[in-house]
Amino acid sequence: MNPFVFTQPTDLDGALSALHAQGTRPIAGGTNLIDLMKEGVMQPPHLVDINLVTGLDGIELGADGLRLGALGRNADTAYDPVVRDRYPLLSAAILAGASPQLRNMATNGGNLMQRTRCVYFYDVGTPCNKREPGTGCPARDGFNRQLAILGTSEACIATHPSDMCVALRALDATVHVKSSQGGERAIAFAEFHRLPEDRPEIDNTLQPGELITHISVPEADRFKDHSAYIKVRDRLSYSFALVSVAAALDLGADGNIKAARIALGGVAHKPWRVEAAEAALVGQAPTESAFLAAAEAILQGAQGYGDNDFKLPLAKNAIVQALTSATRGTDYARGQQQASRDAQDAQPGEPA
Amino acid sequence: MELHQQYPVHLRINGQDREFNVESWVTLLDLLRERAVLTGTKKGCDHGQCGACTVLVDGKRINSCMTLAVMQNGREVTTVEGLADGENLAPIQQAFIDCDAFQCGYCTPGQLCSAVGLMNEGQAKTLADVRELMSGNLCRCGAYPQITEAVAGVMGITEPGADGKTAFTTGPVLA
Repeated sequence: MNPFVFTQPTDLDGALSALHAQGTRPIAGGTNLIDLMKEGVMQPPHLVDINLVTGLDGIELGADGLRLGALGRNADTAYDPVVRDRYPLLSAAILAGASPQLRNMATNGGNLMQRTRCVYFYDVGTPCNKREPGTGCPARDGFNRQLAILGTSEACIATHPSDMCVALRALDATVHVKSSQGGERAIAFAEFHRLPEDRPEIDNTLQPGELITHISVPEADRFKDHSAYIKVRDRLSYSFALVSVAAALDLGADGNIKAARIALGGVAHKPWRVEAAEAALVGQAPTESAFLAAAEAILQGAQGYGDNDFKLPLAKNAIVQALTSATRGTDYARGQQQASRDAQDAQPGEPA
Repeated sequence: MELHQQYPVHLRINGQDREFNVESWVTLLDLLRERAVLTGTKKGCDHGQCGACTVLVDGKRINSCMTLAVMQNGREVTTVEGLADGENLAPIQQAFIDCDAFQCGYCTPGQLCSAVGLMNEGQAKTLADVRELMSGNLCRCGAYPQITEAVAGVMGITEPGADGKTAFTTGPVLA
């Protein structure tokens, strides 16, 4: 790890003023940043530990929805009774990610800020446009099993690795930030992460000197009885998604779809969502053929790079399965996720 | 402030107050092993992927390789050395012996601390839950059935869970 200066402000103003200096990075859970520093991928000269900053934690339900403090731990968020009861999709997505130890450390704000796990990004001995702009992308013709099939560019085919963010995208969350310049703003989740285009070194739209203070999630009770998070991965647990799907349905008294939310993880540089495909489901019966049509609309333009070609049919089937599980109900979907782990458990083969 | 400055760190480790001066980049794992000379906690991958370095901080299990010692200043740390009460093993330690839950033993300190963390969390209700919530600890020898049996045994868990399995197995034997 590179040498760095370490400071521990105890209030937000202190943290923001420390973050004003160029190259200074905030650290909260540290579960990704410390790893990146050990690998030499990131070498910040100054770390500002924000764990002691007051007012950034807490999980609260207000009149207009849920407020997740940036410093709330992933485990505390997922197991919070209100989150479990009112936002089961968010709880399920968080619990599908990482390990219990890492979820105890990782924070809600940090989850959004984690970087791709593309092996070329992590290997400082190889070129990578995200790590060193302009050096090239060996992933396109290399080992790309984990990488993107949607929204890619010539420069980068990295995926965003989060599970939590897939649910936050489906639930139309908003990211609230404050700036060392004194301002504050609210960023719609759709606008927070970005596609790589020709600037893959920029993961998101947070500006230098800005710090996430909290994330808000609008009231979502109409979806709570019909939501499912499906994660397909190379081993039973504790592994990044090849494809994940957050699905939520609002079913009317007649059983037809009043509203639908579908977001994908593991397929793009940001959680992937196509609102037009959701709108096309409205008024329809929740049938496999309707779900298949939605899947095809969501995956329009998808392209594999060799190792990850399998993600095209996998994503299509996972969307249909997630929507089918959501139709049967949130409790059923929870059991299905467990059962799918157990089905994988029964597959012969050496775990990765 | 200097790049190579040392920072004072106070920790209560296994019930004892300890003072250290460390550089900013020293992980909690390296402090425990090299400064506190508590080598029970193991360095496996050093990247948060194996769980061998698991310790309890204020009762919660974390990967000690993925946090800086300076970030834990003032906290209470429990390592595998702190689980027993003198010569009396903790129930989970005795269960590991009774269930033959280790072979080479390298992952065991992390498995034990993780199991204590799991019990503190109180989320595991079924055998399937135990398997899932111990998944942050890898065992290259493959003692998973015995490890999960030990943890479930101490917790008194017998309910199979969603999969209906009543015993811990590693799945069908390869043909």
